[in-house]
Amino acid sequence: MKTASVPDVLQSLRQKAGERFSTLGWPTTRLEQWKYTNLAPVAKVQWRPAGGGGTVPAGITATMAGRAAAELIFVNGRLVESSGDAGVIVRNLASDPGGAVEEHLGRYADAEGQALVALNTSQFVDGALIEVPANKVVDGFIHLLFIGEGDGVWSHPRNLIVAGRNSEVTIAETYVGTGAYFTNALTEIAAADGAVVDHYRFGNESRDAFHVGALYVNQRRSSSVTSRIVTLGGALVRNEVVGVLAGEGASMVLDGLFVGKGTQHIDNQTTVDHASPHCDSQELYKGVLDEQSRGVFDGKVLVRPDAVKTVSRQENHNLILSESAIIDSKPALEIHNDDVKCNHGSTIGQIAEEPLFYLRSRGLGEDEARNLLVYAFAGEIVDRMKLQPVQEEIRRVLFEQMPARLPERREGRR
Amino acid sequence: MLEIKDLRAGIDGKEILKGLSLKVGAGEVHAIMGPNGSGKSTLANVLAGRPSYEVLGGSVTFEGRDLLAMPIEERAREGVFLAMQYPVEIPGVNNIYFLKAALNAMRKHRGEEELDAVEFLQLAREKMKVVELNEQFMNRGVNEGFSGGEKKRNEIFQMAVLDPKLAILDETDSGLDIDALRIVANGVNALRSEHHAVLVITHYQRLLRYLVPDYVHVLANGRIMKSGGKELAEELEQKGYDWIDQEAAAAAR
Repeated sequence: MKTASVPDVLQSLRQKAGERFSTLGWPTTRLEQWKYTNLAPVAKVQWRPAGGGGTVPAGITATMAGRAAAELIFVNGRLVESSGDAGVIVRNLASDPGGAVEEHLGRYADAEGQALVALNTSQFVDGALIEVPANKVVDGFIHLLFIGEGDGVWSHPRNLIVAGRNSEVTIAETYVGTGAYFTNALTEIAAADGAVVDHYRFGNESRDAFHVGALYVNQRRSSSVTSRIVTLGGALVRNEVVGVLAGEGASMVLDGLFVGKGTQHIDNQTTVDHASPHCDSQELYKGVLDEQSRGVFDGKVLVRPDAVKTVSRQENHNLILSESAIIDSKPALEIHNDDVKCNHGSTIGQIAEEPLFYLRSRGLGEDEARNLLVYAFAGEIVDRMKLQPVQEEIRRVLFEQMPARLPERREGRR
Repeated sequence: MLEIKDLRAGIDGKEILKGLSLKVGAGEVHAIMGPNGSGKSTLANVLAGRPSYEVLGGSVTFEGRDLLAMPIEERAREGVFLAMQYPVEIPGVNNIYFLKAALNAMRKHRGEEELDAVEFLQLAREKMKVVELNEQFMNRGVNEGFSGGEKKRNEIFQMAVLDPKLAILDETDSGLDIDALRIVANGVNALRSEHHAVLVITHYQRLLRYLVPDYVHVLANGRIMKSGGKELAEELEQKGYDWIDQEAAAAAR
């Protein structure tokens, strides 16, 4: 594996993580957190890292160069292109032995308990380091594009975002590719006092690819972090968000949208850890499952004894479009003090007959009416996005993937 | 234009229309009045093809074609419009986008060129004035957060844009204040022509003061009990429905 350009500070981290993965092994469905997602198809593959010297494959349109303030493009986990200037540090984490990496890398992600975090930590080649100094407001957004290419190739992108006091930054990660590859990405965000971080992750992986994407967030006093995760692609996808509200008055927004069709499997695991008083978390995940796809929402809000005056709302709503689609929705609240305002809810439904009749009674065909209603359901998450280029791209892909189906029945019989 | 023969229909296994016959010609406005439970809304919903209603017998032809055999959207594209009694709210589906898609689906059906965004907006603005709806409503979700009166006006606005051959108004007047009632009536009157027909289903006579019908039918117990001119509506207003109920009861014996 690559060693030459990796700073020494990472050496012990990698070694320990490698040993840890050997001990833990691949997660199995016997683990509570992996109950709904069977990684056996991933574990049985003899994965290999891609060779060096990659270039951006032809036909990739997901680049935001010119629109983003800065962009890094990774192919199979290696940095191949870098453009723009956001006025802050945006560079390859693996070649940066600076203080931020030493101070923050691996501090928030749980390499001890989570096998895939350990795997990422021991195996990562490149990744983005974004360092925003105190009081700096980054204009525009920083785009990180991860491209997977080929069969049997794995990559472990590792990103670190350090937002200084009262800084502001918007970062978007996009995952695309072709082939049966495996992406095991991990991003850590450290938001200092008063920092504002808007983070987007758009998973539009190849339909043959496996994707595990973890996001570990640590928030200090009065910081504000928004995570929006949209999953449209991938054969088997696992999204994990762990947010720790470590300082008073911090607030977190978690938005998620997952749309499955074919035999896609999309698992969303979120944990919000209210560890300080007066923090606020607002979570809304929406799922649309068609054909034989399967979705999972497993969300936990933990309110610790000291975290008084916590306000938390967690919602998961799902739309099932076929009889063979499955959703497992498991919202959970664990509250250890009395002085909180928390609620959560989960719904699973089908396209309602009334709106469908209404749209058709105005002349819309059944397919078009259904698509409009599905889009209306899913669109709520997209409409809330503030970052227009990413919003437009997601909207475009979402429209393309709208289930075009034959009418299941015709009324108007005698 | 519309010919209903001996129509029997119901919901949840219960027969509500028990042999209803009615002819509506182009250029005519017919009012169907009747007490609650007489089958007024069932008639409107069966004509529009609402899935929960069952047709048990009889026939409905629209311009010589079997209306009951058509899917919901085809009825609409052929020119049948139902202004609903309780228009549903559809958050996330933009009013204007939806209406443009609906109009273009109809134009395509008729072999006409689809309207582009500018042409459509021009048409929509013109019709919005008729129903005195503010443009800001148009960019909201379909009926989302609309008051009862606004929903009804939106129905009439949609009708004005889609320009149906046969408009069926299912208790569009219920719950409207005087202003909204006048606006709704204006919208329908603007549609009246020798090519259009209107079927006004109502419990009260008050809409008919602004929207004067050519024919009035009294529906009771699933059948047309009495037909006449506009003076029949006034008679109903004065005498109520009790005498109709008694006649219906007598007829059922």
